[in-house]
Amino acid sequence: MNSNELTRKMLTKNFGVINPESIDDYIREGGYSELEKAIKLDGKDIINEIKISDLKGRGGAAFPTGLKMEAVNQADGFPKYIICNADEGEPGNFKDRYLMENDPHQIIEGIIICAFASKINYGYFFIRGEYIKAAKIVENALEQARARGYLGDNILDSGFSFDIEIYTGAGAYVCGEEFSLLATLEGRSGRATYKPPFPTICGLYNKPTQINNVETFCNIPHILKLGGKEFKKIGTVSSTGTKLVCLSGNIRRPGLYEVELGTTIKDIIDELGMGVPRNRKIRMVQLGGASGPVIPESMLQIRLDSDEMRKHDMSFGSGAIIVMDDRIDILDILKRNIQFFHHESCGKCTPCREGLLQILILLDRFIDESAKESDLQLLEILIETISLTSICGLGQAAPTSVKKVLEYFREEFTDRIHTTASAVK
Amino acid sequence: MKISEILDKNGRTPDKLISSLLEYQNSTLCNYLTEDDLREFAEETGIPLSRISSVASFYSLLSTESRGKYIIQVCYDVPCYVNNSVNIVEELEKNLGIKMGQTTEDELFTLEFSSCLGCCDKAPVMQIGENLYGNLTRDKIISILDSYRRKNNEQ
Repeated sequence: MNSNELTRKMLTKNFGVINPESIDDYIREGGYSELEKAIKLDGKDIINEIKISDLKGRGGAAFPTGLKMEAVNQADGFPKYIICNADEGEPGNFKDRYLMENDPHQIIEGIIICAFASKINYGYFFIRGEYIKAAKIVENALEQARARGYLGDNILDSGFSFDIEIYTGAGAYVCGEEFSLLATLEGRSGRATYKPPFPTICGLYNKPTQINNVETFCNIPHILKLGGKEFKKIGTVSSTGTKLVCLSGNIRRPGLYEVELGTTIKDIIDELGMGVPRNRKIRMVQLGGASGPVIPESMLQIRLDSDEMRKHDMSFGSGAIIVMDDRIDILDILKRNIQFFHHESCGKCTPCREGLLQILILLDRFIDESAKESDLQLLEILIETISLTSICGLGQAAPTSVKKVLEYFREEFTDRIHTTASAVK
Repeated sequence: MKISEILDKNGRTPDKLISSLLEYQNSTLCNYLTEDDLREFAEETGIPLSRISSVASFYSLLSTESRGKYIIQVCYDVPCYVNNSVNIVEELEKNLGIKMGQTTEDELFTLEFSSCLGCCDKAPVMQIGENLYGNLTRDKIISILDSYRRKNNEQ
């Protein structure tokens, strides 16, 4: 397939077509018409349509969005909250920034529709502190939506009132994790908490709270427009719709691309990214970002499809694809990944705080070739312990790349074990 | 801006604390929060000083150490790294005459590592204040730093 056949523009159809600072441009392209329709429907019918579409969360965990909406809808408690998670910070990801900077009203329309479906009273748009430009564009879009009566009291004469407040973080990757994000919103240090109960029951100020990723909200108006059944025809059986992929690393044409789910990683790299520069070979590809699996070139035929990925005990996460060529030392990259999580760990639970430090010490031994056979076993035990016993997703996913390198590139470790033979040499 | 003025504007409830701390810090000359500042926040809001200190030391955009007028954040994560971010750091350190994490003697620049800035398609990148700079090269860095020096001299 060539690059034109591979791209499927749905969420990015307005990119470059509209001025992101103009609500009129968005309306001209059909924007807010789904909200106008939705507001005449019953909330349960909207949620049902999302359930039929089989949309799964785009933040990385792929939780079914319809089920989350239903849980908030059925939860007791007043007020209820909705939060747009725009705390994008996973290395290799930039899709949410593009969505905010190019088509902010699409996100806002999605949030309002979800809020209406569950009669949610108040929303927060949580943007990471480093995204200054995106925050300004969203702030302006919220003001425009308010002025047009899409936000505020008695929205479009429906009797439903709802508003969204923008909130910028202060620099902490862990705050993309739901409970850390809630702690930040409440003005505390963003540290993780045990689940359950989940935020849908006991979220912000212990009230029912729906938290979704930027890209997830963007899908909502499109589902209502197409109908859940039609939407479900896009993509594969286990992964419906399109996906924004962030292509970076050693690649000729890095950037943001929207493809139908089910596309192979190889097509994305070769056709959209035009391959690796200077005719070098691909050493490895990391999927999803720093917390994602590392795979060899021989596995690139794998598709963006959760069932297919699960067979290999992995997921495509939030859609980042980081390509690395044959000059790159794999262990050096692993060290950098773990350094990232060690730095961003909130420090609350021991496995994540101390375990990641121990992985770094072990990685250094392999890098300077002073590791012993027993270090390899120790490393494997550590990886399992950290992923099973950390409180939140950060710790649980942090060792994924090391685990996958042990699976697919084991010789990278075994070749660097210090033996008497290598010592003589 | 005074702390009390910012709190009058934003409110004194805990949920406004982080944004008020950030806003106040960014209005100071040396981009940081002193112990006295934190005490004043505690007195003004009624939030315990221990909790305010915990917040101020937890978030990487808040600092309790004196910093320069312009903070240079260099992305250090994998997509930038495989596009030679290390050379970028070398060039910055050489040009500024400081090491990573330090502030220049004239208190104009602080050099910091940053977690992914979400511009991996333009790697390697750095951010100075509100401005992002991508596809960095040695020459680009020299001219960017010079532009900030000129801007400062004109003020």
